Amino acid sequence: MEKYSGFNLLKHALTGHRRWPRSWRSPEPKPRYDVVIIGGGGHGLATAYYLAKEQGITNVAVLEKGWLGGGNTGRNTAVSRSNYFYPESTRFFEHSLKRFETMGRDLNYNIMFSQVGLLNLAFSRHELEIFRRWATAIQVQGVDCQVMSRDEIAAAVPLLNMSPHARYRVYGGFMQRRGGISRHDAVAWAYARAADNLGVDIIQNCEVTGLEVGDGRIRGVKTSRGAIRTDKVGMAVAGHSTAVAAMAGIKLPIVSQCLQAMVSEPVKPCFDHVVMSPMVHCYVSQSDRGELVIGGGADTHPSYGQRGNLPTTEAVLNAVVEMYPTFSRLKLMRQWGGIVDIAPDSSPIVSKTPVTGFYISTGWGTGGYKAIPAGGETLAHTIAHDRPHPLVEPFSLDRFAQGRLVDEGAAAGVAH
Amino acid sequence: MIRIECPWCGPRSEAEFTCGGQSHIVRPADPAAVSDREWAQYLYQRDNPKGLHYERWRHTFGCRQWFNVARDTVTHEIRAVYRMTDLKPAPGGEGV
Repeated sequence: MEKYSGFNLLKHALTGHRRWPRSWRSPEPKPRYDVVIIGGGGHGLATAYYLAKEQGITNVAVLEKGWLGGGNTGRNTAVSRSNYFYPESTRFFEHSLKRFETMGRDLNYNIMFSQVGLLNLAFSRHELEIFRRWATAIQVQGVDCQVMSRDEIAAAVPLLNMSPHARYRVYGGFMQRRGGISRHDAVAWAYARAADNLGVDIIQNCEVTGLEVGDGRIRGVKTSRGAIRTDKVGMAVAGHSTAVAAMAGIKLPIVSQCLQAMVSEPVKPCFDHVVMSPMVHCYVSQSDRGELVIGGGADTHPSYGQRGNLPTTEAVLNAVVEMYPTFSRLKLMRQWGGIVDIAPDSSPIVSKTPVTGFYISTGWGTGGYKAIPAGGETLAHTIAHDRPHPLVEPFSLDRFAQGRLVDEGAAAGVAH
Repeated sequence: MIRIECPWCGPRSEAEFTCGGQSHIVRPADPAAVSDREWAQYLYQRDNPKGLHYERWRHTFGCRQWFNVARDTVTHEIRAVYRMTDLKPAPGGEGV
């Protein structure tokens, strides 16, 4: 692997950047692997990387039915934060945020991580009271969080409608300064390149069509490019988790829904932070290219249609133009949808399963992107040692039968 | 946008309705007698099919009545609308 550096950039400039080596190979699948990862998005690629890097297991294949990062990794709004209410969530997501902070160096790849700060807005006195409780919970867990007044918010977000007669009148909020945005494709490519360099086979256009289970153990994987023998399978397929788990005879408490995002035409820098509002479920940031990146809540019914329904689009955009009246003059450039897995308590499931050698990472809901580093690291540990990583012990599949829900949706008022 | 034929009010826009998730879930007859695992299945386990889904909807901004819908989760096409007390229509049968 050729290192990405200023020196090499200059060296390749001499040949017009035509001689950069490929970032990863395109190998044919081997008949047998120690571990097979299903899903070549951020989570699957990160799992393969940490298996090779931290667990010393390099005979690993990542099977992707389409192209790398072509699912939800390439469709999301690329926000990282760790401002959760429950310690189980905060510990996990804070670990993930720290990984984001060093990812550029760790993987020798510019993921363009900009810690622009993540601001949550409260639109009523009651919401502000809940915010103070939430912010205190974050602070006592040792995570940065700053409560902000109306005036401070007006200065930080000049385009926000601060009129006392606004439809959504701002009462205050809190900011996590270390939260930010990054380049989502780069995160997938960084893990792919680093994993490939450690010997992992990344196999694209290879759809898993069945799982072979015998005597309660995983025996192999059937794919569109032939059968592969393996004793361990890690599943990291957002959206289709229930379908893949069903191949191993496992039912998951997951409902698939569509989550939309959209971008405006590019404009000059005008919006410095990621600004969210749990009550009206709309969040906005500005990308490095100048587009305003807009997201909201998931569509309100089960769906596998990767497009998004108009009533949700309209609700999100209504909130955007109420909060930022100047944005009503912008043209919307693109709108799209991805299918997310939502668990009953809006928390992820990273877990062993009743089938020996079958491990799952699912239920990431509307916020799996920020979990990519920690999700990959903990799933790799769980696969390698056949016991859960301490960070994901609270997120096991059997928590539902045991009544140990981590109900972040109820605590923080937003989905993960 | 989905157009839903409310059994009481006729065809209306999706925006007037609330989806209540999977329908025809049967509560265990004797909750004290079932295991934790069975109870969790009842509370949390859902079908989540890619295709035909039998689900409850409520006409929230209309008559406020609950009813059942058989809908495709990929195309969002509604195959049948039937009342809460009606039996689940067979896949491929009349209206489904």
